[in-house]
Amino acid sequence: MMDQPAFNHGQTMAFLELQALNKRYNAVVAVEDFNLSIQRGEFVSLLGPSGCGKTTTLQMIAGFTQPTSGSIMLNGRDLGAIPARKRGLGIVFQTYALFPHMTVEQNVGFGLEMRNVPSHERRRRVSDALDLVHLSHLGDRFPRHMSGGQRQRVALARALVIEPELLLLDEPLSNLDAKLREEMQLELRRIQQEAGVTTLLVTHDQSEAMALSDRVAVMQSGRLIQEDSPFDVYEKPATSFISTFLGKTNSLPALLERAGKRTQIVIDDVRLAGPQTVLANGPVELSLRPERIELTDIDKATLSGDVIERVFLGDHWLFRVETPIGKLLVMQRNLGRRGAEIGERLHLFWEPEAMRLLPRGDVS
Amino acid sequence: MTASGRTTPWLLSAPALALFAALLLTPLAMTFLLSFNSFSFYGGIENTFGPENYIEVLSDLYFYEIFGRTFLIAFITTAICAVLGLPEAYILFRMKPAWRSFMLLVVLGPLLISVVVRTLGWAILLGNKGVINEFLRDIGLITSPIRMMYTSTGIVVALVHVMIPFMILAVWAALQRQDPATERAAESLGAAPLTVFMRIVLPQAMPGVLSGSLIVFSLSASAFATPAVLGGRRIKVVSTTVYDEFLNTLNWPLGAAIAMLLLVSVLTIMIAWNKLVERRYSGVFE
Ligand SMILES: Nc1ncnc2c1ncn2[C@@H]1O[C@H](COP(=O)(O)OP(=O)(O)OP(=O)(O)O)[C@@H](O)[C@H]1O
Ligand SMILES: [Mg+2]
Repeated sequence: MMDQPAFNHGQTMAFLELQALNKRYNAVVAVEDFNLSIQRGEFVSLLGPSGCGKTTTLQMIAGFTQPTSGSIMLNGRDLGAIPARKRGLGIVFQTYALFPHMTVEQNVGFGLEMRNVPSHERRRRVSDALDLVHLSHLGDRFPRHMSGGQRQRVALARALVIEPELLLLDEPLSNLDAKLREEMQLELRRIQQEAGVTTLLVTHDQSEAMALSDRVAVMQSGRLIQEDSPFDVYEKPATSFISTFLGKTNSLPALLERAGKRTQIVIDDVRLAGPQTVLANGPVELSLRPERIELTDIDKATLSGDVIERVFLGDHWLFRVETPIGKLLVMQRNLGRRGAEIGERLHLFWEPEAMRLLPRGDVS
Repeated sequence: MTASGRTTPWLLSAPALALFAALLLTPLAMTFLLSFNSFSFYGGIENTFGPENYIEVLSDLYFYEIFGRTFLIAFITTAICAVLGLPEAYILFRMKPAWRSFMLLVVLGPLLISVVVRTLGWAILLGNKGVINEFLRDIGLITSPIRMMYTSTGIVVALVHVMIPFMILAVWAALQRQDPATERAAESLGAAPLTVFMRIVLPQAMPGVLSGSLIVFSLSASAFATPAVLGGRRIKVVSTTVYDEFLNTLNWPLGAAIAMLLLVSVLTIMIAWNKLVERRYSGVFE
């Protein structure tokens, strides 16, 4: 990382620093040797399948769960011995956890009340926070008279009004329907940038993680397996697990061979020109994104095959094509023409560099 | 909707309705009618119709005292049950699952034992030569026994023991409905444990406390076994008075009138209480 803040007692330390974090529940290892640094103002997503330890990690930062070992440093101070209520973090829970017996204003003002902020200043800050989430007109509603998206925004305002050093979000959008979720993604990003607050989001939704964050940290069975920009995690997944978890991909076992400087991919008895790679010859996992496969003429085709399935998704078509190397998922932009019929022969082309080679089967 | 579609629900609930009518409404109606009959010491019950019994009860301070005592006992019992039951339910709620089911059994266990048996147990404890007094005398704290039998205090103590499981169950149900994350949310906003309990848990548990109070109050006001055993002849409540009118004086119509007055006053208090609660919490809970 290049852009580290210069202060912090002369050390070069990130804003939030998780070091060798471990959490064990008896025999269950929930989080294992977890290291992550987040810069001030950054929006980082913790992405992974259900049960991989995302919530546990978040709860340890929040102070609701004690780590078995490891340390959590926020802005140079060790959070280990500080109880949750003194950490001053803004947390949005998956269920929003609004106080049902308080109005929206009382909900948002609760944190300020706990900090003994005088009432006139409290009113001003509550109304600023409600402005930020576009809810100023609903200040005296009770939560149960509000929609899911509105509740979500109240929860966000309540977490932000205390001007937390760090905002923690545990699957904040998972209770919303698809359309609202998309709207709230943009909204969340705007609010986070306006407030300029360092944010850690937990999600199992890869599109959410990619849409919102500066950096994505992918977890699998309690471990951090890759952290990168959304583009790089998608384009350069470190393992075949990540390539299948993020977006759609064709994942095929293959054999890597080299002829001089050039690489070759062998699948069954098909040989294809391969991409540049540092992997050694031998068995590899090949990952080819459906959107990188183009339809072309027979003379330019890398491979050809028959359509065995097709799905129309509005902005694009998804075909499953039976080729000599196996069934391939092919995506094609909808250009206003009818897509290929089932049984029709398609000629497929892709650049060798579109194929990503990953070590076989060690993690998955 | 077809005719059969409209009658089916009625047909299905007919057995329950019949049972309800036979076992509750009929005796109630007959008691109501009985309360307007008159009674003479030599002639017994006469089939007249007039409000004399009600006039007799309502114009005699003796009955006011009994009603007053009954409701005071019921009220204090309810208050103690609420004050003890709420934290108890909360502590149970926060226990580890294995402990929780065991402790819940301990709390609800007394419900499996007959009220009469439990009350006799209290009599053994509270009597002048009872366990508590003997113990206090043996360690030299008192010379003459403290009177606990045949006092309102004794009745309240025993009633609290009988009634508190109902309060705990009602509060428990309310706690279970609340989102456990609200407590953590409050904590993350800087609330200390006591503040979390007072500002977040208590208000959300309040509907449970209020409905528990309703149950405890009405059961206490009409309780018979406990005041009968622990109050005896000396501390009379409405239900024991009714019993005496029926079985000792044999003045059934007067007993019936007192019973009707108890029913009406308890109902009135319950309905008023319920209205109050609904008004207070209408915006908040469904
Ligand atoms: N209190 C607990 N006791 C025992 N095991 C637990 C406890 N909490 C979590 N675990 C285990 O730790 C692992 C990680 O759980 P965690 O809740 O962090 O997963 P997650 O990534 O948040 O999953 P999800 O996406 O489903 O919310 C799981 O295997 C879970 O069973
Ligand atoms: Mg989770």
